[in-house]
Amino acid sequence: MNQSAAPVIEMQGVAIGALREPSLLLAEGVNWRVAPGEYWAVAGLQGSGKSDFLMTTAGLTPPVAGDYKLFGEPMPIFDETRLKTRLRMGLVFDSGQLFNHLTVAENVALPAHYHENLAPDEAQSEVQSWLEATELTPWAGRMPSSIGRNWQKRVGLVRALVLKPELLLVDDPLAGLDPRHTNWWLGFLDALCRGHPLLEGRPITVVVTTADLRPWKGHARQFAVLKNQKLSVLGSWSQLESGTNELVQELLTM
Amino acid sequence: MPFDRSAVAQYVAGVQKGNASTLVWPQIRSLLRLPLPPSYTQFIGRKLFRLILTVQGLGAFALITLGVILTKIRAARRAVWPRIYQEISRVGLRLLPMFLFMAAALGLLVIGQTVSWLTRVGAIKYLGTIMVLVVVRELGPLTAGLLVLARAGTANVVELGTARALGEVEALEALGIDPVHYLVVPRVLGMAVGVFALTVYLILGALVSGYLWAFLQDVPLRPGDYFRQLAGALQWLDFALLGLKTAAFGFIIAVVTCYHGLAQPLHLEEVSAATVRAVAQSVIGCVLLDAVFIIIYLAL
Repeated sequence: MNQSAAPVIEMQGVAIGALREPSLLLAEGVNWRVAPGEYWAVAGLQGSGKSDFLMTTAGLTPPVAGDYKLFGEPMPIFDETRLKTRLRMGLVFDSGQLFNHLTVAENVALPAHYHENLAPDEAQSEVQSWLEATELTPWAGRMPSSIGRNWQKRVGLVRALVLKPELLLVDDPLAGLDPRHTNWWLGFLDALCRGHPLLEGRPITVVVTTADLRPWKGHARQFAVLKNQKLSVLGSWSQLESGTNELVQELLTM
Repeated sequence: MPFDRSAVAQYVAGVQKGNASTLVWPQIRSLLRLPLPPSYTQFIGRKLFRLILTVQGLGAFALITLGVILTKIRAARRAVWPRIYQEISRVGLRLLPMFLFMAAALGLLVIGQTVSWLTRVGAIKYLGTIMVLVVVRELGPLTAGLLVLARAGTANVVELGTARALGEVEALEALGIDPVHYLVVPRVLGMAVGVFALTVYLILGALVSGYLWAFLQDVPLRPGDYFRQLAGALQWLDFALLGLKTAAFGFIIAVVTCYHGLAQPLHLEEVSAATVRAVAQSVIGCVLLDAVFIIIYLAL
């Protein structure tokens, strides 16, 4: 982690609105700085606005107020000229949000088809490598609706990674997963943070949201909680355990 | 859903302070849920307000779509062009059997009877003019447009509305993919080409089947005379306006159905209501455009 490097995410006094109803305020006064290579877990109870917070971070909704910069560029980015900056970030939705008219392999290949104008056979080897690395090869030709929710989430992860982002935002990756899938996700996100071979060994910055802090012990390195429309930065796991934040204690003892 | 007075209060406060921005959808929804006033004039005013908002939304969406077609036609060809071919196949090719059936039915119902009656009253020399007026200019394009709306336009609203409700549009935006470019442009181009092609098949099929029905009724009209009369009544303007009109029908149907499926946040339970609205507005749009073309025909 390099604190002196230019921040990946920098929010100052940001107010977050709901994705479906931007006038509904979910968090305000958010001051948050994420340096390259960091691994954040943002915790909060159901309905605290974690997903909407991540959607604003991903640039899908503009901040209601405040100043937000992604890789030094003011957000949100909707114009084509600054699209490259936005594509340095990947977003994984909590239920995958796959395109139901495309197969699993086509879902994964779509960003490469669209942005790099690759023909299906040109993107195939890249897609195949990602599917193998994530154990999705058996499902490659299946439609999203015919595979389990656990696997759909994983497809969403690969689709976000295929353009080799430098920042990965993952919305509640462990929600509803069985222990095997949970361990796989924790291990894979750790590998991404260290530098995955398919990303040429380059470590990426990871931000996840969660309603349960316990699985992230020994994995995420920085923690924050969303409560009462405020984002509180807690620091490392040891700082989090020794702190007196009521919500943290609740999330640790559930 | 209960009426949200806070959204109205927020907007009214904005107006009073002079900093109200364009109405956003939640505010519009709240305004539209206001209890109907007792006065008929106010009732009409509210209906008019709703109509203006719809026309404004559809107009803006159509302009955005046109802008994207013009500026991004060469962008992401490997991802978007296959979808255009797919839509042409879906709207045009796959509907062809139904259109051939309709052509036979149209030939029986309209042309066969017309030919038979014109012969009986000794007005067969007007056959070409009547056929071109009724089938080529009016019935063919309008029937094709309405059939495409019923078979493919409704599917557009359901598919896009469901995609919107399930968050697929946000997923596209997160991937930096313009939803209008990826989802709307192929449908608009596919439908414009599809309606044009199907209209041509429908007209040709109807004219041929119409003669067959007339032949079966022993109408003394040779095929050569029949088609000579048709060819004589057709002008170059008919071909040009037929192409323009059918492409415009396809554009209107695609824009209206995509707008109702995509442009507003939807919940799954709202998709059926959006489909009904889209069908009604597409029909109105096509009929209004047809009226414009009648004026053009009369003026030229």
